[in-house]
Amino acid sequence: MASGTLDTPASSAPPSRRPGGRAAIVARTLRTDNWRKAPILTVVLLTAWIVISVVRVYMQKWYWVEDYHYLTPFYSPCFSTGCVPEAAHFGRFLPDWPILPYAAPSLAVLGLFRFTCYYYRKAYYRSYWGSPPACGVPDLHKSYKGESRFPLILQNSHRYFFYTAFVLSAVNTYDALLAFHSPGGGFGLGLGNFILVGNVIMLWAYTLSCHSCRHLMGGRLRHFSKHPVRYRAWTQISRLTGKHMQLAWATLATLLITDLYIMAVSAGWISDLRLIG
Amino acid sequence: MGYDHHFRVWRGDDTGGELDDFSVEVNDGEVVLDIIHRLQATQAPDLAVRWNCKAGKCGSCSAEVNGKPRLMCMTRMSTFDKDEVVTVTPIRTFPVIRDLVTDVSYNYEKAREIPSFVPPADLAPGEYRMQQVDVERSQEFRKCIECFMCNNVCHVIRDHEENKEQFAGPRYLMRVAELDMHPLDQADRQHEAQEQHGLGMCNITKCCTEVCPEHIKITDNALIPMKERVVDRRYDPLVWLGNKILRRTPDRDRSSTTD
Amino acid sequence: MTDGNGTTTETYERHDFDVIVIGAGGAGLRAAIAAREEGMRTAIVCKSLFGKAHTVMAEGGAAAALGNVNPKDNWKVHFRDTMRGGKFLNNYRMAELHAKEAPQRVWELETYGALFDRTKDGRISQRNFGGHEYPRLAHVGDRTGLELIRTLQQKIVSLQQEDFRETGDYESRIKVFAECTVTELIKDGDRISGAFGYWRENGRFLVFSAPAVILATGGIGKSFKVTSNSWEYTGDGHALALRAGASLINMEFVQFHPTGMVSPPSVKGILVTESVRGDGGVLKNSEGERFMFNYIPDVFKAQYATSAEEADKWYTDPDNNRRPPELLPRDEVARAINSEVKAGRGSPSGGVFLDIASRLPAAEIQRKLPSMYHQFKELADVDITAEPMEVGPTCHYVMGGVEVDADTQQSRVPGLYAAGEVSGGMHGSNRLGGNSLSDLLVFGMRAGVAAAQYVGSLGGTRPAVSEETVAAATEAALAPFAIQGGENAFTIQQDLQQSMNDLVGIIRKAEEVEQALLTLQDLRGRVAKVSVAGGRVFNPGWHLALDLRNMLLVSECVAKAALERTESRGGHTRDDHPAMESEWRKINLVLSLTSTGRLEDETVGLERQPVPTMPTELLQLFEWGELSKYMTPEELEGLPGATKMAPLPESEGA
Ligand SMILES: Cc1cc2nc3c(=O)[nH]c(=O)nc-3n(C[C@H](O)[C@H](O)[C@H](O)COP(=O)(O)OP(=O)(O)OC[C@H]3O[C@@H](n4cnc5c(N)ncnc54)[C@H](O)[C@@H]3O)c2cc1C
Ligand code: SF4
Ligand code: SF4
Ligand code: FES
Ligand code: FES
Repeated sequence: MASGTLDTPASSAPPSRRPGGRAAIVARTLRTDNWRKAPILTVVLLTAWIVISVVRVYMQKWYWVEDYHYLTPFYSPCFSTGCVPEAAHFGRFLPDWPILPYAAPSLAVLGLFRFTCYYYRKAYYRSYWGSPPACGVPDLHKSYKGESRFPLILQNSHRYFFYTAFVLSAVNTYDALLAFHSPGGGFGLGLGNFILVGNVIMLWAYTLSCHSCRHLMGGRLRHFSKHPVRYRAWTQISRLTGKHMQLAWATLATLLITDLYIMAVSAGWISDLRLIG
Repeated sequence: MGYDHHFRVWRGDDTGGELDDFSVEVNDGEVVLDIIHRLQATQAPDLAVRWNCKAGKCGSCSAEVNGKPRLMCMTRMSTFDKDEVVTVTPIRTFPVIRDLVTDVSYNYEKAREIPSFVPPADLAPGEYRMQQVDVERSQEFRKCIECFMCNNVCHVIRDHEENKEQFAGPRYLMRVAELDMHPLDQADRQHEAQEQHGLGMCNITKCCTEVCPEHIKITDNALIPMKERVVDRRYDPLVWLGNKILRRTPDRDRSSTTD
Repeated sequence: MTDGNGTTTETYERHDFDVIVIGAGGAGLRAAIAAREEGMRTAIVCKSLFGKAHTVMAEGGAAAALGNVNPKDNWKVHFRDTMRGGKFLNNYRMAELHAKEAPQRVWELETYGALFDRTKDGRISQRNFGGHEYPRLAHVGDRTGLELIRTLQQKIVSLQQEDFRETGDYESRIKVFAECTVTELIKDGDRISGAFGYWRENGRFLVFSAPAVILATGGIGKSFKVTSNSWEYTGDGHALALRAGASLINMEFVQFHPTGMVSPPSVKGILVTESVRGDGGVLKNSEGERFMFNYIPDVFKAQYATSAEEADKWYTDPDNNRRPPELLPRDEVARAINSEVKAGRGSPSGGVFLDIASRLPAAEIQRKLPSMYHQFKELADVDITAEPMEVGPTCHYVMGGVEVDADTQQSRVPGLYAAGEVSGGMHGSNRLGGNSLSDLLVFGMRAGVAAAQYVGSLGGTRPAVSEETVAAATEAALAPFAIQGGENAFTIQQDLQQSMNDLVGIIRKAEEVEQALLTLQDLRGRVAKVSVAGGRVFNPGWHLALDLRNMLLVSECVAKAALERTESRGGHTRDDHPAMESEWRKINLVLSLTSTGRLEDETVGLERQPVPTMPTELLQLFEWGELSKYMTPEELEGLPGATKMAPLPESEGA
């Protein structure tokens, strides 16, 4: 570019990006709606849930209802030598230490499955970490590199936890099937079964609605038209994925309900509402 | 019908500015942009604002209304209470030029860094055959009107100026996804998404999706699938092994012979 | 540099290019791609941000006889439809080139990455539109213009990336000057030598020096109150061409789109795409009558259904039924709506009802017309899947424009080209929907190639930009700052829009147009005294003050031509001369400046010029009976076959 002038040598440059140069708006956010509500609610609910389940996991009792073969998901599969033998469908090999939950391996995997879940990530990045607390509200941290480096780059392992969570959902299904049991040994049916089955259905819905699942099912394809079956599966799963957040919360609720119900029955505080047996 | 509404509009330039108060007439069915135009015509003829279509199609009139990124032409006054102050400020993430107009060149620079569509060498114009189901995913992203509100709201650059260098922003990460899902594109884009365009910086907090006036599911349909595709290539030995055993091209079903 | 109080040491940037393209809509971008591919260093200058030009708003589609949906379609049918739509006033050569080349131009877009909606067998899907005999509009839902502009924009980026790989500079061959308004073309003798403009962002001036300038500035619709057009449509290109010595033709033909939104008042004029009707929507008056059956003109009787039954069958069996009259060319539909409203059968807000809700299932409406659904939901609180829309005519498109050579798009001025809406002739008296987007591609490319060839032919001798012209342009641009206490530009603009709308609008009368000319004269005086508050940094008041001069000049051209043409044809309806006259078909009205200088001194001259006559092989594409409705007996006499064929009372549409 040359520049010219009418009577003096020119020095004008084309307009270009000014460094920084943002509007000097004093308020850090001008949002007038109640944007604090969502993050606060998330922190309160998630923290409460974690506290309750940690307490439950360390109780190491009231997880099994002998009469009806109800096993809470928090203790499944029960691997510890401390487990009631009837509740341990897959062997007992973990030492019975107070600091080691009876179902430590599956709890770890499921915990990490949820920890690395795309929805929970969003939820805790926003509410616990404040990065950002809400849209249009400044990040609470000075510097930010996101998931581009250690440790958060490990979030990319989500897919492995999905694989294992898939297997564990099958285990939970198995537990729920074994629970159609009456004290006499034959088929039985009680309120607990509905709760267990409901929980398992929700767990499947949550697990299948996982973004990794959606990807593996069909998302990774370039030509849907050449894979009609996978395309159909992808379409269905996409529908579930759209509800992933709702499912994430719903499963927290069903897990807790299932566990607390079984605890209460197991401890003898209430008795199961029996329909058969 | 008409009544007077209390407006606060940020006025100033890169040397400074402030929120100015206005009381301005509002009529039935009007949108924020109508009010800004009324201010121009009656009280502030040099009030700078961008707009073109006034119908949510061009993406020119992006601003922040009560702290939220909005198209002014699609924000109806009826969504506010009559005594609720309406505050209009320029997009925060980009340098201000004057009043509500900002310098959005960041976006054009990033657009230029995304490698373009690579057409198949063996197809002449008119020979392209693509199935509707195969183009639909990319078509969703092509609804984008480039209002740049997603890039504006994304905290990665909104709150961290220094990241602008490495981060293409949701709009252009979505462009990478669009091309990666294009049924005939010949380029390999997955490593670049992570290395050059900063996909890893996105922490999927979904503000981009929340503000998109075209209701594009940016996070669910572009960013997360792109992250998963990157995992395929970089972090998943199973997929790598599968490709080896089945002798597929690493680039999934890209070459038309394998699928 | 001074800020508004005259000029002392006004600096400016200077840029040298081979080709300057003014306008970054479909036409401008396609021209720039062509020029760059021909090896020219090319600049693209536009008033808005890159990618926001009017083309982005086009909804329905781009017309091209691809024959994907109905294999009977070909360029001849498309040509015939275009000529019919324009009431045979079109520049036949442009219509021919357009029909022949549109398919190639549309297919090319796919190689740039465009993703049109597909047919079952994977080709580009095509939809029905008013005046097109077969489904012909390549489309992407109802956002085709967005796809088109984004595709071209991305092609430009890909060329820049190529240049970057070669030269290390993205902008070594194509540079975009966004938010930069051209206010003057510069000439050296009788040839173009450059252009003068300002950055909207900071008010600084720039001078482009280049032997070729392609105007692609779009239309003039902002001079009317009710319009689907944006602030950009101030007729800049038309005015720049006039001032540079070029001529305009067909300026009396302004298209009023039949369906614009009418309520709430603030959205009045915003377009409701014709696809609503193409996909089955029908027009009804307040009595619930599907009134279009009463408005089928004689020339179209053969092609349009006369009963609702037949019309409805056409959607599924177009080969054995005639088309619904809702799909008549736009001018007919717009006039019909106007008459219904005048007769007291209008909707509450002064339009008529457009009903798609009772015709298609809700899900299908949402899939086929997503942005219409969105637009009504958000702007008018109307759910178009459940209730009818209220619609009325809105100023949409100007058929008239710079008079150009059909093959090269060159104007009378060597080095000055025009393509897209700013050029005239292609659409005759009325444009068919969808023909604009394809026009942009076909003639954009032609203009780019021709400009490149022209520049190539110049060899080393380039026309120069003189300091005096730059000084004069600077002074003119800064003039409004020098005036104290004058009027606000926005007020004058409103007055202009109101009078054009009322007096030179959809239905015209001699007295009213004369009245308009007087008003325009008066407005000229007011515009000369406009003053501007504030500085030069992004100051819309100043920008409008400069644009107003163009609006005035162009409005005067429209009014002058409208007064002269004492017949009704296409986008020009004279209440006092309601008939279409065969004699007038032979005449183009050509406008040029007879004296130049300051705004007050400019005078517009008008000449009559014969419409180019179609060669026999093109004439033979039509049935004699159809031609006889448009042509004078003398013209028909010379026609081969005229004597052999008995004059048919009604042509059976081929
Ligand atoms: C709502 C709507 C819907 C439409 N739908 C359809 C459709 O479905 N099918 C169809 O075929 N047609 C349609 N049209 C018509 C069609 O979109 C336009 O005619 C066409 O886009 C015009 O393109 P263009 O390239 O000539 O100009 P535009 O796209 O309008 O671009 C003009 C360019 O010139 C620039 N410019 C103007 N003046 C200056 C200046 N002084 N200095 C620098 N730059 C300047 C502008 O900034 C802009 O970049 C529609 C139009 C509208 C308004
Ligand atoms: S989801 Fe990612 S890209 Fe979108 S706003 Fe959040 S961090 Fe930015
Ligand atoms: S993706 Fe949505 S928010 Fe982002 S630029 Fe495009 S339209 Fe705007
Ligand atoms: S489980 Fe939430 S995304 Fe995988
Ligand atoms: S003006 Fe075009 S989106 Fe608002």
